[in-house]
Amino acid sequence: MRFVDEFREPELISKTAEEIRRLAGTERHYRMMEVCGGHTHAIYRFGLKDILPENIELIHGPGCPVCVLPMGRIDDGLAIAQEPDVIFAAFGDMMRVPGTQGSPLEHKARGIDVRIVYSPSDALKLARLNPDRHVMFFAIGFETTAPSTALTMMRAKAEGIRNFSVFCNHVTIIPAIRAILDSPDMRLDAFIGPGHVSTVIGCRPYEWIAHNERKPIVVSGFEPLDMLQSIVMLLRQLKAGEARVENQYKRVVPWEGNRAALKAMAQVFQLRPYFEWRGLGFISQSALRINDQYAEFDAEQRFEVPGIRVTDPKAAQCGEVLKGVLKPHQCKLFGRECTPEHPIGALMVSTEGSCAAYYNYEHRKAAMVSLSSIA
Amino acid sequence: MDRDGPKHDVANHQVVGGCRMCLAIPGKIVEISSDNPDSALVDVVGVRRRIDLGLLQDDKPAPGEWVLIHVGFAMSKISEQDAADQMSTLRMLGEIDGAMQEVKGYGLDDVN
Repeated sequence: MRFVDEFREPELISKTAEEIRRLAGTERHYRMMEVCGGHTHAIYRFGLKDILPENIELIHGPGCPVCVLPMGRIDDGLAIAQEPDVIFAAFGDMMRVPGTQGSPLEHKARGIDVRIVYSPSDALKLARLNPDRHVMFFAIGFETTAPSTALTMMRAKAEGIRNFSVFCNHVTIIPAIRAILDSPDMRLDAFIGPGHVSTVIGCRPYEWIAHNERKPIVVSGFEPLDMLQSIVMLLRQLKAGEARVENQYKRVVPWEGNRAALKAMAQVFQLRPYFEWRGLGFISQSALRINDQYAEFDAEQRFEVPGIRVTDPKAAQCGEVLKGVLKPHQCKLFGRECTPEHPIGALMVSTEGSCAAYYNYEHRKAAMVSLSSIA
Repeated sequence: MDRDGPKHDVANHQVVGGCRMCLAIPGKIVEISSDNPDSALVDVVGVRRRIDLGLLQDDKPAPGEWVLIHVGFAMSKISEQDAADQMSTLRMLGEIDGAMQEVKGYGLDDVN
């Protein structure tokens, strides 16, 4: 409980933690997946595991867009970056992510024109400022960022900008949840639903999880109290044998989502028949491509794309960790060959990946403890 | 084309950073651009930047109102209290510096 005093409303947090312990009892084990990488990061940062009883296990889901991006897509994007007059623009999150020939940052050091942008609209601005160059935006993210990419392309089209394109890696969260639920070794009882993705898609797309799969799901905020309250809501459903979609994050997430954002996505994107996810493999209808009306802004249509596929080493057990079959430290490579400094598997790639989060907080904490016990 | 995945001896010495694109940053609408109703000046704890309001078309925020910003686009309207709570969450997450760097990065030109 040592972190509790640092939080807002410590008394309410203690009370909620007490309610969790009461509801959880001791008879059975509960496995809950937090889908969103932001939640994973918050859980470790806040030390929520120290507050929760041992029979509640949090499984870290596939909701880190950097982690699930196949390395071949980075290679493909960087291959286009080497075409004459191309400026490769991407979020800072992408800069240190390794491709087989190095990260975007390492390509920049080799003389490739790689720029960090904070917004897709900055990439478009780069195109306006460099009319004799071609700016390719390496787009990544779930439904939180996809509408911004879509609206940027709509603006580019309306302005008649010719030297701008998007290399689209946007993915959608629902098919990934479906893939996890469909896998035979799946052992989850309930889901903590993503907060910010849900501001866009709303709560309705989760209804099949409750109705068809009989798993409760609660869309949750990111504060410690939010997540603890969401766990209370899930436990109450599980205890009552119910499976419903509930919204703990009502102050930000409307049930219907953001219609303007969904409309922008529908205008520019269409579903890909399938897309590869690192750690999960190919998932049908799980990603977005640019539709024919926006073909002139589609980097995959404007440029020759090598279509590189990179297989993760067989020893990496990312898929099992994603499905909650293994804890991060139970993977054979964890903390030995695969570390945040030398990521081999998907989940070690970003600090929001479950293995990197586990490594940064738990592993280092354990190392400190053993050091202090020696001293 | 197939390539081999990372070998155990891959030289990559940097620690890979967090996920700033996933941050939701609260900002207060200062003014809506007179020549573009989709462009607004926002204040994020004293830093002023231009953001895009195009994804809040159905429910446009007015000056003085608060929004959550993702990658330079306002994504939802929130209350002042929620904005303060979100800032404290970012602080607790150790993401304040990242969030401010992100905000300062919006727009390639200064608006101050």
